[in-house]
Amino acid sequence: MTLHPRDIILFFVVFGLIAATGFFQSWNVALGILNMGLISAIMALGVNMQWGYAGLFNIGVMGFVALGGLGAVLVSMPPVNEAWAAGGLRVIAAIAIGVATIVAALQGMKRLPKGRVNILGVIGILIVGFFIYRAVLDPATAAIEGVNPAATGYLGGLGLPVLLSWPVGGLLAAGAAWAIGKTALGLRSDYLAIATLGIAEIVIAMMKNEDWLSRGVKNVIGIPRPVPYEIDLQNDPSFVERMTSWGFDPVTASSITVKLAYTGLFLVVLIILLWMAQAALASPWGRMMRAIRDNEDAAEAMGKDVTARHLQIFILGSAVCGLAGAMMTTLDGQLTPGTYQPLRFTFLVWVMVIVGGSGNNFGAVLGGFLIWYLWVMVEPFGASLIGFVTSGMADGTWLKEHLLESAAHMRLLTMGLILLLVLRFSPRGLIPER
Amino acid sequence: MIDLLNAIVALANFVIVPAIAYGSQLALGALGVTLIYGILRFSNFAHGDTMAFGAMVTILATWGLQSLGVNLGIFPTALLALPIGIAGTALLVLATDKMVYQFYREQKAAPVILVIVSMGVMFIMNGLVRFIIGPDDQRFADGARFIITARDFKELTGLEEGLAIKSTAALTVVVAIIVVMLLFWFLNNTRTGKSMRAFSDNEDLALLSGINPERVVMITWIIVAALATTAGVLYGLDKSFKPFTYFQLLLPIFASAIVGGLGNPLGAIAGGFVIAFSEVTVTYAFKKVAGYLLPEAWEPDSLVQLLSTDYKFAVSFAILVIVLLFKPTGLFSGKAL
Repeated sequence: MTLHPRDIILFFVVFGLIAATGFFQSWNVALGILNMGLISAIMALGVNMQWGYAGLFNIGVMGFVALGGLGAVLVSMPPVNEAWAAGGLRVIAAIAIGVATIVAALQGMKRLPKGRVNILGVIGILIVGFFIYRAVLDPATAAIEGVNPAATGYLGGLGLPVLLSWPVGGLLAAGAAWAIGKTALGLRSDYLAIATLGIAEIVIAMMKNEDWLSRGVKNVIGIPRPVPYEIDLQNDPSFVERMTSWGFDPVTASSITVKLAYTGLFLVVLIILLWMAQAALASPWGRMMRAIRDNEDAAEAMGKDVTARHLQIFILGSAVCGLAGAMMTTLDGQLTPGTYQPLRFTFLVWVMVIVGGSGNNFGAVLGGFLIWYLWVMVEPFGASLIGFVTSGMADGTWLKEHLLESAAHMRLLTMGLILLLVLRFSPRGLIPER
Repeated sequence: MIDLLNAIVALANFVIVPAIAYGSQLALGALGVTLIYGILRFSNFAHGDTMAFGAMVTILATWGLQSLGVNLGIFPTALLALPIGIAGTALLVLATDKMVYQFYREQKAAPVILVIVSMGVMFIMNGLVRFIIGPDDQRFADGARFIITARDFKELTGLEEGLAIKSTAALTVVVAIIVVMLLFWFLNNTRTGKSMRAFSDNEDLALLSGINPERVVMITWIIVAALATTAGVLYGLDKSFKPFTYFQLLLPIFASAIVGGLGNPLGAIAGGFVIAFSEVTVTYAFKKVAGYLLPEAWEPDSLVQLLSTDYKFAVSFAILVIVLLFKPTGLFSGKAL
């Protein structure tokens, strides 16, 4: 489970690419890539736990990432007291009714006599519960969304330090994963895939629509930061003096300092997670997981509870994705539900895991950095490539215009091509499982 | 009595007609997914983007025809362009099969590997479509807009409620019926169709009796291309063409196929309508209908909308989960591996 020299070279190559961006373009861009690369690496770690360790096919990564982002808002934004007064308790009551309905339905499913009584009874409980829930919730949401809708119109958060939201984001994702896992695990792999795809869409739909919770498409902006603001640094005479004495432009230096602070925070999280993931994989638990992945029947015959272990790893992996989601929202400083797209947040992470090497944590991390770098850089590369190809054409022809305009869509094509090529010629990825 | 008629017309206008049209589109999409699953034995995640690609080729051909001054009168020109779209899509999927899927088929790779491969294909097709036609909305419907407009219906019947039937909705249903009849005739009566069913039922036995697997696979892809293109064009005519919505159709389409029983064509059609009707019913605001049916004192002041329309994915998802939990092989027992 150690790194081979070849793997270390690969890491150097990827970091060299990012550093080259710093030397030739700007360190701001390079650090931006590095920070999102760190977050991508954490997402890839989460997916690698599910797919690489246990062979679970989760394509709802986007949903867990978004839930993590919601966690960042719920923890760190200041509470909106007026909104709480307008309908806070009512919302809590409605949620309690919703949970009670589901519990009652589950109990009904277990307790009621089998057959038609059971089915009709459960459906009855769900329908009655749903109407009570809506009757309680609707006036509350209307009241909350009516409170200063241009600026707040939602309940706000707890006003706690944003760093605390990272584990909370993970917990939210873990809770959702538990609910999905309970229903969909144990089904065939394609069914789990469709179920997770569906959950992700539902999470996004919820965040877009439940304005009282997440402000919906009005977005939450100005999430508190764990690091200083650029403007404060620029107004700090000692910072300006030091940077000038080192020969840097204070404005550029301030944004680089902020980015470096994020890099440090993310790096700590990544190293801790990587260490834990490696320790888990090397432990008897890790061996059991791989045994289950490679032959479920044999593992079951050895007395392993396959479904329970699958549920466990599904929750763990999703929690890691949620954590990464909270970190990303912290880095962005805003929650924009409209920007969550499955191609970017689910399938791109899958490309990272497959290209990096499924089953190997270092591979997933490497894939996270490499694919994120390519995702960012393909666009300018593609644009210059197309610019070169079309340079011979006369200006103003529709084909040239069209090609130049479409260069932005090269990245999807490239990612698909990379995925297919790796799957075909190096199916175990850059750093294969050992 | 008049109130009851009004309520029925309102329901037909806002729920039944749109759901039948949407259901036909889903059914055609689900048929493609289910055929791939039955013959090639994997869930094709690129199906939504295959639909988008087919619709795109058809749109380009439509524009070409329109610029030549060719049109079909009251019918949309896209119908004339549909064969071109099908041919283009068939070429693309056959090329994809040769370059990508065939290798894994020969290796006898696990189905889940093929699913991941189809993810890569999905990326490429999505990129191609965006590259060629761009990510924006495209409208390409022409010909008559309505078979009957709400106002004409009101004048005709004297009712307060109007029933508008869009010509694209009617066209969708008619085309879907023709396509499904052709497909079933092909599967049940031709030699190739029978060999496809045999291959789907028992691959080893089919190989033993001298069926050429590559030929079966090729025919399957061509049929799937035709189904996907038709579904994509009908959806685009009825609503509008936007590449991203086709990707999002993946969930209801898979839900339809699974609810009906993966691998079972009849199930795919039933599943499509189950999903479409539940989506439209649950997200429709019943205030108007209730207003006609209930005495005035009981008239609801809310919209009586169970869920906002953005939650339509939740509906297909909920039905999917319920069916999977209680009848994992689907309503019409599909293949359960």
